[in-house]
Amino acid sequence: MNRFFEFFEFSWFDSLVEVGSSYAAQIDGLILTVLIIVGIWFLAAEYIFLHFILKFRAKPGRRGEYIDGKNKRHKRWITIPHLCVLAFDVLIIVVSFRVWYNIKMDLPEDPDAVIRVIGQQWAWTFQHPGADGELDTPDDIFTVDELHVENEKTYHFELQSTDVLHSFSVPVWRIKQDAIPGRTITGWFEPTRTGTYDVQCAEICGFGHGVMAAHVMVEDAETHAAWVAANTPAAQ
Amino acid sequence: MVEPAVDLTHGHAHDDHADHGPQGWLKYLWSTDHKVIAMQYLFTGIFMALIGGFMAYVFRMQLAFPGMPVPGFGIVSPGEYNALVTNHGTIMIFWVAMPVLLAAFGNFLIPLMVGADDMVFPKINRLSFQVFFVSTIVILASLVVEGGGFAGAWTAYPPLSADSTYNLTPLGSTLWVIGVGLEFVAFLLGGINFITTLMNSRAPGMRAFDVPIVVWMIVVASILFMLSVGPLLAGAIMLIFDQTIGTGFYNPATGGDPILWQHLFWFFGHPEVYVVLLPAMGVVIEIITTFARKKLFAYRTVIFTIVATGVLSFFVWAHHQFIAGIDPRMANIFTVTTLLISVPIAELCFIYIATLYGGSITLSTPMLWALAFVAEFLIGGVTGIFLGAAGADIYFHDTYFVLAHFHYTFFPIAIIGTFAALTYWFPKMFGKLLDERLGKWHFWLTIIPFNMIFIPLFVLGMGGQHRRIYNYTHFPELAGDGFQSMRIIATLSLLVMLGAQFIFLYNCIKTARSKKKAPRNPWKANSLEWTTESPPPHGNWHPDRMPVVYRGPYEYSVPGREDDYWPQNEPK
Repeated sequence: MNRFFEFFEFSWFDSLVEVGSSYAAQIDGLILTVLIIVGIWFLAAEYIFLHFILKFRAKPGRRGEYIDGKNKRHKRWITIPHLCVLAFDVLIIVVSFRVWYNIKMDLPEDPDAVIRVIGQQWAWTFQHPGADGELDTPDDIFTVDELHVENEKTYHFELQSTDVLHSFSVPVWRIKQDAIPGRTITGWFEPTRTGTYDVQCAEICGFGHGVMAAHVMVEDAETHAAWVAANTPAAQ
Repeated sequence: MVEPAVDLTHGHAHDDHADHGPQGWLKYLWSTDHKVIAMQYLFTGIFMALIGGFMAYVFRMQLAFPGMPVPGFGIVSPGEYNALVTNHGTIMIFWVAMPVLLAAFGNFLIPLMVGADDMVFPKINRLSFQVFFVSTIVILASLVVEGGGFAGAWTAYPPLSADSTYNLTPLGSTLWVIGVGLEFVAFLLGGINFITTLMNSRAPGMRAFDVPIVVWMIVVASILFMLSVGPLLAGAIMLIFDQTIGTGFYNPATGGDPILWQHLFWFFGHPEVYVVLLPAMGVVIEIITTFARKKLFAYRTVIFTIVATGVLSFFVWAHHQFIAGIDPRMANIFTVTTLLISVPIAELCFIYIATLYGGSITLSTPMLWALAFVAEFLIGGVTGIFLGAAGADIYFHDTYFVLAHFHYTFFPIAIIGTFAALTYWFPKMFGKLLDERLGKWHFWLTIIPFNMIFIPLFVLGMGGQHRRIYNYTHFPELAGDGFQSMRIIATLSLLVMLGAQFIFLYNCIKTARSKKKAPRNPWKANSLEWTTESPPPHGNWHPDRMPVVYRGPYEYSVPGREDDYWPQNEPK
């Protein structure tokens, strides 16, 4: 079964936006699956449509045919495509379910770290666990608009908002989740590519929505350890 | 439904509202004639389309040339940008698509097509427009009050929309909700007439399946609207209370829930798509059958299909909320229902194509618009599959891919469908025939730039560009020259498209000044509106010569007849 699904994992638009997380290829592959299915349908429909327009142009002396579409022989032309659409819908649903389940429903157990992401008008606050690897301890590192994570580690994030709706979106990771005041929403990601990437707020949040830009720095183990060491707050 | 419907309005009801009302210009303000009310809706809708189009011009200019002053507007601040995109969406849906497609053509066509002298409740009809007119003034006022227009997106998600300390537009946001609420009331009033007129005022002999599809479509759309808008009206009142008297329906700090609004909004918002889609699809069916000289393929299947679409449309709303923090298990259910809705809509597209088969097609201007609707709407339809699949929506949600997708549905509906209907019924509405050559120039100069605007936006959405951000230079991944040149292409194409609308304006002025009158039935069509004068008189037909119906509206190219059309009212 897994071999069947791995067939659908494929990144193909990395020239537009890089591929930076463990599950990005699943989403990209799903998009490609849908693209191929609807692309074939779309091209076939447009081709037949334009073909009929050109073929059945009015000519002197020729009348239209009288077809009411009531008998089975004629109706076949819409019932068979209709059933095909249904079959392809099922395929898309199955592939989509699996992607959705892996990303949004199935939290990997024992993450390497938990971080907290807090949206407010109009900045992101990131709470890193610090050297001890635990949140809400004195060595937590708070940053604004700058998230530091280590490459190829599994993270849980706890998403919160202090005022209005925000949405935490990192296009290279293919991740997006709305932040809702009064709730904590947990999700996960595993970066697979080092570098500095954009974090966008994807839900309109007022005057400064357009400048609510943050960055995520994906670092290798050494750089990340150095950053943690350099930024750990002095003991009280 | 074999017996002819009982005729309630012919005869006596006609005199009640004949020529006793006010005269002169007041006649137009207080008229109960469905055709006058249709014109009122039409011209209000076109006026609002100009405002909505101007807004698109301003924010597209800002995106293409960030920070530069926009000619005719000036420098766009982030707050103004948000207000522009918010009100562009609100106006184009509630004050352009709905009044023009549903109200203007619904009012104009339903009595004429079912052979009635007017709506069943002409005074409710008048009240409907008057409420709509007030709502128009309220929404326009909301743009100019202190603090500016509402800037929380047309979806108005709380807490942003509910609290002026967050949205900074205390007056604009409240007026926005009041305006939208009044607009809903107007369409509730109008819908009563559409439904009852179809049920009670059909001409003798007109059975349920002899009614032109566009009438069915408008009536089903009205039913969808009336069934879905109630919860949102209640939600809108709660929102006003949150804004003005400090209740906390959507405020988590006082036990409310911001997600509640999203459910109420999208429970209405998704059927609303079909409320405007169905009339446009009906218009296209009328035009395609007329200009292909073909009987509609599988009339009853069309009716069952739109009813199925309507029912399904009530069970798909949460596909707008996949990543909004709802229980992730819910997304699976809504993925299934959303993809299922592709079946009836695909079937309608197959029916269009099957209707063209074996036809004798004339590519007149209305036919071009109608065919373009099918060709372009297909793009909007298939791109919806990406968004309905919850897994892919994680990436696409709130990107320009979504924006391009729904413009590929709404533009065919509200602009292409409207121009199809306007050019087709123009001779009936105004008694003159539009210039075909100018009409075709207008068509191509609208359709080609339209695709040039939104195809680059699909690519930008794939690249991860999110909506409602006034300046992408803050995001290094989006600030590259490649992406910026796509934004510039889209904006320049918009300028061409907006400019092309002057061709249509010129065509209308030229036609209005010409002396040549249109014949009663210039397209040789079958339905009843073509059997009366152009434009129809008050009461539509002479009271003694009300039409009687003998057959369905799509009897084109019937074998054994000399003419290739067979009007519904012609005895055997």
